[in-house]
Amino acid sequence: MRLVPFLIAAIITTGLVIVLNTQLKTGKSKTPKLGYFLSPQYGFWKNAEPANVDFNQDIKMPGITNQVDVYFDERLVPHVYAENDNDAYFIQGYIHAKFRLWQMEFQTHIAAGRLSEIVGEDKVATDKYFRRLGMVYAAENSLKVLDANPETKAACDAYTAGVNAYIKSLKPEQIPFEYKLLDYKPEPWTNLKTALFLKFMSWDLAGKAEDLTYTNAKTYFGYDDYLKLFPITQDSLDPIIPKGTVYEKPEITVKTPTTLDSLYFDRKDTLTNIPPIKPNKNNGSNNWAVAGSKTKSGKPILCNDPHLGLNLPSLWFEMQITTPTYSSYGVTFPGTPAIVIGFNDSCAWGVTNAGRDVKDFYEMKFRDSTMQEYYFNNTWHKAETRTEIIKVKGKPDVEEKIAMTFLGPVMFDKSYPSDISKNACIAVRWKAHDASNELQTFYKLNRMKNYLDYVDAISTFQCPGQNFVFASTNGDIAIRQQGAFVAKWKQQGDFLMPGTDSAYLWQGIISPKENPQMVNPERGFVSSANQQATDATYPYYLGRANLFPPYRGLIINRKLAAMNNITPEDMQHLQTDNYNVFAEICKPVLLKYIDHSKLNDTEKKYLQMFSTWNLRNDINEKGATVFKVWWDSVEVATYADEYAKATVKLPWPDESTLIDKLISDSSNYKFIDNINTPDKKETITDVVTLAFKNAAKTLQDLEQKNKLEWVKYKDTRVQHLLQIPALSNLHLPIGGGVHIINATSENHGPSWRMVVHLTNKIEAYGVYPGGQSGNPGSKYYNNFIDYWAAGKYYSIIFVNKHDVRKDERMKWHTVFVNG
Amino acid sequence: MKFLTAIFLTALLSFAIGLFTVLPWYSFVFCALLVAVAIHQKPFKAFLAGFIALFLLWCILALITDNANEHLLSKKVAEILPLNGNYILLIILTGFVGGLLGGMSALTGSFLRKIK
Repeated sequence: MRLVPFLIAAIITTGLVIVLNTQLKTGKSKTPKLGYFLSPQYGFWKNAEPANVDFNQDIKMPGITNQVDVYFDERLVPHVYAENDNDAYFIQGYIHAKFRLWQMEFQTHIAAGRLSEIVGEDKVATDKYFRRLGMVYAAENSLKVLDANPETKAACDAYTAGVNAYIKSLKPEQIPFEYKLLDYKPEPWTNLKTALFLKFMSWDLAGKAEDLTYTNAKTYFGYDDYLKLFPITQDSLDPIIPKGTVYEKPEITVKTPTTLDSLYFDRKDTLTNIPPIKPNKNNGSNNWAVAGSKTKSGKPILCNDPHLGLNLPSLWFEMQITTPTYSSYGVTFPGTPAIVIGFNDSCAWGVTNAGRDVKDFYEMKFRDSTMQEYYFNNTWHKAETRTEIIKVKGKPDVEEKIAMTFLGPVMFDKSYPSDISKNACIAVRWKAHDASNELQTFYKLNRMKNYLDYVDAISTFQCPGQNFVFASTNGDIAIRQQGAFVAKWKQQGDFLMPGTDSAYLWQGIISPKENPQMVNPERGFVSSANQQATDATYPYYLGRANLFPPYRGLIINRKLAAMNNITPEDMQHLQTDNYNVFAEICKPVLLKYIDHSKLNDTEKKYLQMFSTWNLRNDINEKGATVFKVWWDSVEVATYADEYAKATVKLPWPDESTLIDKLISDSSNYKFIDNINTPDKKETITDVVTLAFKNAAKTLQDLEQKNKLEWVKYKDTRVQHLLQIPALSNLHLPIGGGVHIINATSENHGPSWRMVVHLTNKIEAYGVYPGGQSGNPGSKYYNNFIDYWAAGKYYSIIFVNKHDVRKDERMKWHTVFVNG
Repeated sequence: MKFLTAIFLTALLSFAIGLFTVLPWYSFVFCALLVAVAIHQKPFKAFLAGFIALFLLWCILALITDNANEHLLSKKVAEILPLNGNYILLIILTGFVGGLLGGMSALTGSFLRKIK
């Protein structure tokens, strides 16, 4: 009977292997395959990069034609010296993959609606949303024009080949950490993935879908009250193009539909299907350029800090690309060839988000539930059907059938309802769906030599619309809001529109030369901070005011106007400035209306903190926390009674709306009155005082937890894309916040800070909250974060091929040779 | 002597087969099993030899990697797993998982030898 112990042992051993080779469920998530993950020859230990890692290497690479030299400086920034464009982009792809492969693929998986494939059924809702929004459809359209242009096609082909050369060189144990954690493998890169990544940025920056919630608000409050909550103008606006600028007569005369009141403003729609994932509402940025007349050196200085989600691995990867025809330095998107924000030998450029509304929703009328024909301008039109298959890890596939109209995909229908009460079919018309070649703009910006090249480079840029700032060594500065913007009648597309009548369609795209722009202005600077581009005299409708926070623009313009003899160091101080101009506007109003006689001693203590506060959101300021908590409480005291009874999701009014009303319309702003106290008509004093008393309770609570300092209250973090705390940097010592130039909020803020001094030999500074390596096991994973939080900058190394050989700041040299 | 030889051989072969990472990560179980068949020992001793061989192999490999890495990754993984960020525990856990499989397959090998 010796067989029995053998069998028992064999079964237990096999069982152990199976268990250790399975992802086990723990709560909502799954463990990695523990045996595999822990194995020192296969698992995560292989990603533990030696601290003294050596990147000196000679690599034989069949895909390149000449030798390519890559020098890494001590921050692991690669400086690529290639003999031609193709080799340069091939090596860019290779290097992106070497340091950021998992992130590149993960981000394009989000865009393509493929998260369920790697994470499981938890993500089906997100995937459905992106599929139905038409992200893949949009990327396919853009790929066609990308391929039709020989320059961008060659760049993408070379880039893709470089990524794939790296993937092919990977041994199984060398795949990035996160693949092992989630248990899947990298797949080949394609040009479509590059297009998907660019569409992901379009979604992040021009994908706001608040039209649906605003439609709800219009229905719930009625159009008149809606306008009191969501006005079209802001009192404190200082636009990108100064007030008083004279605009020419518009090329497109927009015809307002005659049925507007009955078919648009008076429609009673409520929509309940609110997207599971939304672009961050604070996505924005600062950029500016000052002319030589205002600088100490007499040469321009250009600055840019794009505010985006703060993630690890960082969205950005810093590098230099040099060929015999050009040399450019800046930050790149892993997943995309070329440099996105940066400078070259003679020019610098930067971007902020234009934020204009290029995504509208139309209610379509279909003949029947098969959704094959829809009614438009009194005739029936055929609809195509697009089938999207969502693969789900460990579960059967999910199939989405999407009717395609000439306007765009029917995002909502009975299988993906927008509304509980009826099966409305709602199509989305989004500029990002249209074929466009944004890469071409970056390709040309990298190589531009002067202002005219800049204009040529950006004039084809369509979506997401950006404020492109420019400065050159020959002294020019400029800014232009560029994108394919829709010529709209006032409030067109702010709400759901009827999709049966051509009167409601987009009537044209504003020509690039009519876009708001400025070159070498008298005042000696140009700037943008996502505020509305112009005043109301601009001949086209710019969109709802709530798309454009006014305060950063206000303070930047004020400071720049006052500054002279500017140095790069001054610009660094300005980019990291924590002055709260919104609080400056609110403080006198709040102090005017607070009723001291109703406050107890504790409350008076907090009021004292506020009234003596220096209006700076520096890390140790307690007054900043008091202000934030109090202001939020004022908003609640003003609006919560009206909002309480709503059963559908409604947007919340902007800070600017309430403060503008408190200042200008103080006696009769309807929402001040608490509708739950019919016998009493509340005054602003009642609201502000009550709000303060409520805030004081929160503040007391915070104080007990020792969280009254602004830095502790705000609690900034840079978070891993999988939101795993162990892979994130938490509790960062950094001030700033929303409406502040240093726009660092909880997990969002300046994702790259750049200052470029356009002296004959460019002098530049930069920093981003991350590190060049995407590997959590590398010491280069997050090594910039503390520096960034402290408001410090790295001096950028930008040298030519001749000088780099003897540059002692270069730490490693990788040589790629054909072979 | 047999005992030490078994440990040494099991560790050596397991390490060698682990260099061929196209094979599954658990391929070493066959090495542990083979060694236990080839070097006959009592079941408990066989188990112990297999356990110690893989425990030491995995711990030492992990230790070397971890030292060069200055515990950067091990501390993070020890939070995810969760071991309270204790990287020493993580190295021991690594060794234990390897050791358990090594021991069990050696035990199986030892019983297999008895059948013959």
